Amino acid sequence: MSEQPQFSIKIDQNKYLPEGGREVHAVVSVESTGSPTGVSQPASAAEVIIIDTSGSMSYPDTKLRAAIAAAQVAVDTLRDGVFFAVISGANTAKMVFPQQTTLVRADATTRQQAKQALSRLQAQGGTAIGSWLRLADQLFDAHQEGIRHAILLTDGKNQHETAEELDAVLYRCTGRFVCDCRGVGTDWEVAELRKVSSALLGSVDIVADPQGLVADFQAMTEAAMGKAVADVALRVWTPQTAKLRFVKQVMPTVQDLTGKRTESGPQAGDYPLGAWGAESRDYHICVEVSPGEVGKELRAGWVKLVVPGAAGAEDEILATGNVLVQWTDDEAASTRINPRVAHYTGQAELADAIQEGLQARKDGDEDTATARLGRAVKLAEEAGNDEITSLLRKVVDVVDPATGTVRLKKNVEKADEMSLDTRSTKTVRTRKGEG
Amino acid sequence: MRACPNCGEGVFEGEGFCEACGHPLTAEATAAVQAGRVAREGVTAKVLPAGRPGTRPTRRTEPKSPRPACTECGATAIDADGYCEHCGMRQPAERDHIEIELPGSVAAGASDRGRRYARNEDFLALAAHSGGIAAVVCDGVGSSPHPDDASRAAAETGVAELAARFGSGAAPEEATCDAALKAAEAVAALAESPSDAPSCTYVSALTYADPATGTPAVTVGWVGDSRAYWLGGGGSDAASEQLTQSEQLTQDDSWAAFMVAEGALTEAEAEAHPNAHVITAWLGADADEVRPRVRTFSPGGPGAVLVCSDGLWNYAPKPQDLVAVLAGAACDPALDPLGAARTLVRFALEAGGRDNISVAVVPVAIGTVAPDPVTPNTEHAP
Ligand SMILES: [Zn+2]
Ligand SMILES: [Zn+2]
Repeated sequence: MSEQPQFSIKIDQNKYLPEGGREVHAVVSVESTGSPTGVSQPASAAEVIIIDTSGSMSYPDTKLRAAIAAAQVAVDTLRDGVFFAVISGANTAKMVFPQQTTLVRADATTRQQAKQALSRLQAQGGTAIGSWLRLADQLFDAHQEGIRHAILLTDGKNQHETAEELDAVLYRCTGRFVCDCRGVGTDWEVAELRKVSSALLGSVDIVADPQGLVADFQAMTEAAMGKAVADVALRVWTPQTAKLRFVKQVMPTVQDLTGKRTESGPQAGDYPLGAWGAESRDYHICVEVSPGEVGKELRAGWVKLVVPGAAGAEDEILATGNVLVQWTDDEAASTRINPRVAHYTGQAELADAIQEGLQARKDGDEDTATARLGRAVKLAEEAGNDEITSLLRKVVDVVDPATGTVRLKKNVEKADEMSLDTRSTKTVRTRKGEG
Repeated sequence: MRACPNCGEGVFEGEGFCEACGHPLTAEATAAVQAGRVAREGVTAKVLPAGRPGTRPTRRTEPKSPRPACTECGATAIDADGYCEHCGMRQPAERDHIEIELPGSVAAGASDRGRRYARNEDFLALAAHSGGIAAVVCDGVGSSPHPDDASRAAAETGVAELAARFGSGAAPEEATCDAALKAAEAVAALAESPSDAPSCTYVSALTYADPATGTPAVTVGWVGDSRAYWLGGGGSDAASEQLTQSEQLTQDDSWAAFMVAEGALTEAEAEAHPNAHVITAWLGADADEVRPRVRTFSPGGPGAVLVCSDGLWNYAPKPQDLVAVLAGAACDPALDPLGAARTLVRFALEAGGRDNISVAVVPVAIGTVAPDPVTPNTEHAP
């Protein structure tokens, strides 16, 4: 790799626990800054664009045409030398460009050919997302050493294969490539696409109006082109008698990584973070330790940002940090709550409150829906998460944001409800007025 | 009764600070806290760098074995940062407990992490000069970044400068003042920005023979709330700076001392108060102009100068308390300075060890201090 970015880890926590205290929380901020020239390029990158061409994409026809235009802009955004392909997805997946099941290098000619092939797309058939991902995985097979990124666009539910079939494909594709998912229109299933994006460490979003697709595809492709290091992992060591309660990404979105652990050595596990460009993300870690004597200091977590070495090669350690514990009889010290830990604890709860509230609303349980969405309004207000606050206000009438008193709106646009659901995990870094 | 806005404990009308958590409750109290800084935690004690031949103190710390075992679980995998790779426990650092003694037992000191803090942020340094001893104790200010670096820089710079300046003929008061200012510069130089300013307290003692009379004298200088005491007997001379009995030689630059001086609190109330540790002067890039306070005394009889951080004097603020602790252990500080330093540190640990503890003991024996062969340059005397 040339011009690898500089990584740093910063830990925010209150390390003081009262006598007998067991649970320690920390926010791990990982930041990478590009090379001084601002250009940081990996040796190789691969991109697969997956466009839903099920029959519903032509109802209305603007959906398919916007999807084609967006994919064409994405192709234009690929820099020279990037390996790429375009896939169309219906009951099965088909190569749009190139015709052979392989990736080709981007240059003026191949970009032009790909755009022409896209313009001939027709919408027909059903939706079997797992089969689309399986083809993408096959295409990435020969490119496992570089950045691997896919964009998946769909407008419908995964109706033409079973949930088990999709799960099996996701299990196989985990760690093989990163996939950002977009749902166009309002006939797709938020939970389904969230499952895909979270398994493949990507984002999920709604593009309710097809006209918004072009800008969105361009932004996603640009972000993918900005990635400089593939397959970064957060390695967390914990003391022998400790238990790692959870590891969550909390910025830019809430994403529970706890279940993605792979053992990486004595008392250590790796949590996959996907590919990195010049960006920063925050993680919330909670460790349960055995209590120690007052005055003793413990390393409750040794956090390392690593690029695991390929077959036999040494792992590359990019940055490290310590999560500490110290037992104290000073109550003022042990009862202090770290503001960043509190901030992200609130925003993780916010995402849960929104998803539970919307589910209750769908199930006709208005009491639970009102309580959970009211709680969400209060948490969003406290966190200064203005985007979520404004999305919430399209679903509920807010009587008092400070107490979370709300009334469910009678008529809610499907797109507004789906936007709130999809974006419930988006977090903000600091509260209002905190710099 | 209303509730403390910080911890919710009940507080009485008219109280300046919450009894439970020390949170300021009135505008004046808030201003007092903002004006001062809370000194806690001590710092690194290590030994001073090479002085003149024969002045290098003896280290009493345990030699490190090549594969040290974890003090918690016995595993032999200790990583470079000092944490056990098995159970995670931080291993005792070299400076957690330090004892130093100058050759010939002319002075000694001990410094300990205490029981509450993870690190020792105090630092103590001793140096022999041709006519006596220079001793410095510094206490890192716990609310500043890297207080351990501050106290170490201050103590090492201060003691070296004090011995050198006095050795090259400066008057004791001048040498004391200059050394404190030089230490202040060294601490200020550690700051990366005004908001990131390591800071510490400073107290020095210089023993020597008065050039005019040949009798022993002690000059102390300080910034903050670390203290010097005279422990010992004395003659019957009632002259103001003549030491006739054990007494405190320094006056704290602290919120507590200020409140007592103002008559707002009794000494006992001030010492018991959570804000007793707020200091009003310190060394650091964020400090106002540093004005070391300097005093000179003539012991009227044999005894010892005790220089210490608040980790000791919190548990024995009165000189008689300190004398009683030593008497209880049958330890004469004038004869066994290391024994006295150890006894006092052990006493503070047993009393709770809530702060880092540093103690330096410099015996002064009447009639046996040789006249200073280097005549102080009296022209520079204040
Ligand atoms: Zn209080
Ligand atoms: Zn151990």
